[in-house]
Amino acid sequence: MIKIAQLSCGAEYSGVQSEIEKAANSVGAKMVYPDIDYEEIDRAVEEFGFDPASPTLRMMIARAMHLVEGRYDADAVFIATCFRCAEGALIRNEVRRFVQENSRLPVVTYSFTERTKAGQLLTRMEALVTIVERKELLARERQVGLTAGIDSGSTTTKVCILRDNEIIGKYWLPTGEVLNSADTSYEKALEMAGVKARDIEAIGVTGYGRFIIGKKMKAKLIQEELTVNSKGAVWLADRQEGEATIIDIGGMDNKAITVRDGIPDNFTMGGICAGASGRFLEIVAKRLRVEIDELGALADRGDWRKVNMNSYCSIFGIQDLVTSLAEGVSIEDVAAAACHSVAEQVYEQQLQEIDVRQPVIQVGGTSLISGMVTAIKDMLGQQPIVPKDSQFIGAAGAALLSSGFLEGQ
Amino acid sequence: MKIFIDPPNSLILYDLVERFGHEPLSTMGALREKVNTLEMDSPPLNITHEDVQKGLKYAGIEVPSGIRGRLAVFGPLVDEAEAAIIMEDPPYAFGCVGCHRTTLMLKYLIRKRNIPLLEVKYPTSEDEARTMVGKIKEFLEGLS
Repeated sequence: MIKIAQLSCGAEYSGVQSEIEKAANSVGAKMVYPDIDYEEIDRAVEEFGFDPASPTLRMMIARAMHLVEGRYDADAVFIATCFRCAEGALIRNEVRRFVQENSRLPVVTYSFTERTKAGQLLTRMEALVTIVERKELLARERQVGLTAGIDSGSTTTKVCILRDNEIIGKYWLPTGEVLNSADTSYEKALEMAGVKARDIEAIGVTGYGRFIIGKKMKAKLIQEELTVNSKGAVWLADRQEGEATIIDIGGMDNKAITVRDGIPDNFTMGGICAGASGRFLEIVAKRLRVEIDELGALADRGDWRKVNMNSYCSIFGIQDLVTSLAEGVSIEDVAAAACHSVAEQVYEQQLQEIDVRQPVIQVGGTSLISGMVTAIKDMLGQQPIVPKDSQFIGAAGAALLSSGFLEGQ
Repeated sequence: MKIFIDPPNSLILYDLVERFGHEPLSTMGALREKVNTLEMDSPPLNITHEDVQKGLKYAGIEVPSGIRGRLAVFGPLVDEAEAAIIMEDPPYAFGCVGCHRTTLMLKYLIRKRNIPLLEVKYPTSEDEARTMVGKIKEFLEGLS
């Protein structure tokens, strides 16, 4: 059983401890709590250099130190504090850095409210378990045989057919009914590849609809999207070795993942705000009466500074854009402001939670919107890599990883 | 050498650092540009949204904006520092950043830099004050 060390403050009194444990149990992991001697706490705090007033945070530091010194055996680390606690947020981030700099343990951080449910933590816990349990699978750098990958996303369903490390068939369509969307995309991708379904040696499935599709198609791999997408991204970008940061702005949620040799070691996942996602850009395109694929070029010709956006919200932000249009601002400027707004929110809410490593690989459907890539470049001060077929990372990653099950057959 | 002082607005520490031939890194210096270039009130009232955003380099989005705004001003000074002096438990009038969480974070950032560091306690008597000034003098003179 995978042991996830919990370093936290406030989880018990927030009523979310059982949810954390429920999420871990559902992916075959167990939460563990490093034991420490009372005397060790002051020493650890002094050595760490941050002297918080809250005793539980002091204990959290001591537990982290215990872990990195190898005095407690755990496979992964879950660091969590209460949302809105300043001291907690400061310590959470620094403890995360400390564990990452001094160990090879995969880490995930979270700030919880009393409304946090196991479902919200599931993908993160699943990713932690995958990184520990399937290290060998994730270390695969080449796809072998004839395999398929299906990424059932919240907005689009993507399919890739891979043979001998090449994409030979691909298709995507907007996600409607989950199974039908997967079936149709799969058929079209097979058609493009010129192969029959019976020839496919292994199928990998990821995304929101992974469980239902995976069961129906007897997939060899049913995997959360954090690990699958990061693998697909480094494979597509030909950056399997060394470090990289993957930014995946999706239709409904965003992911920022750091990888070392293709294996994720930290990630953040947004998901409750449509203002920071592809959905927001869709709404903007609709309001500007342009197709979503025209939005990027429009944005590149505009200046976001000419639009006064007071909110990121997909309702109030759009209201700001509409007001600007009424004041005579051009649609190019509005498109640029929309892309800037999404980039800014991703930067503020996600990228600062991880240490951005070079190169930055931008993927997902929104990476096809050139204005969005420009906005990320402006925000980070460097040009992200957008690999070919960047919207197919999940499908390509699933096809690549599922080929790992063929060897030894 | 560039010496970060904590509290970063302490005139006494500023004076001591300067007196012993070093360059103090202080709030006053960091905000000088804002005093000269913006027409809005006195600093730090002219800290803008962009400044607070810069503070994200030092602390996450969930950290209150006041802390991030302060860190946006003090953080780069810590990055620049070649040595530092921290005064523990100073009273209000000694020079204070006004936010205990920021103070905690600043001390942590300084300690993490592994630069020559002197930590002294605020003196409560004349003798202690003499000893403290002596320690600071010795520390500053020992820096090459």
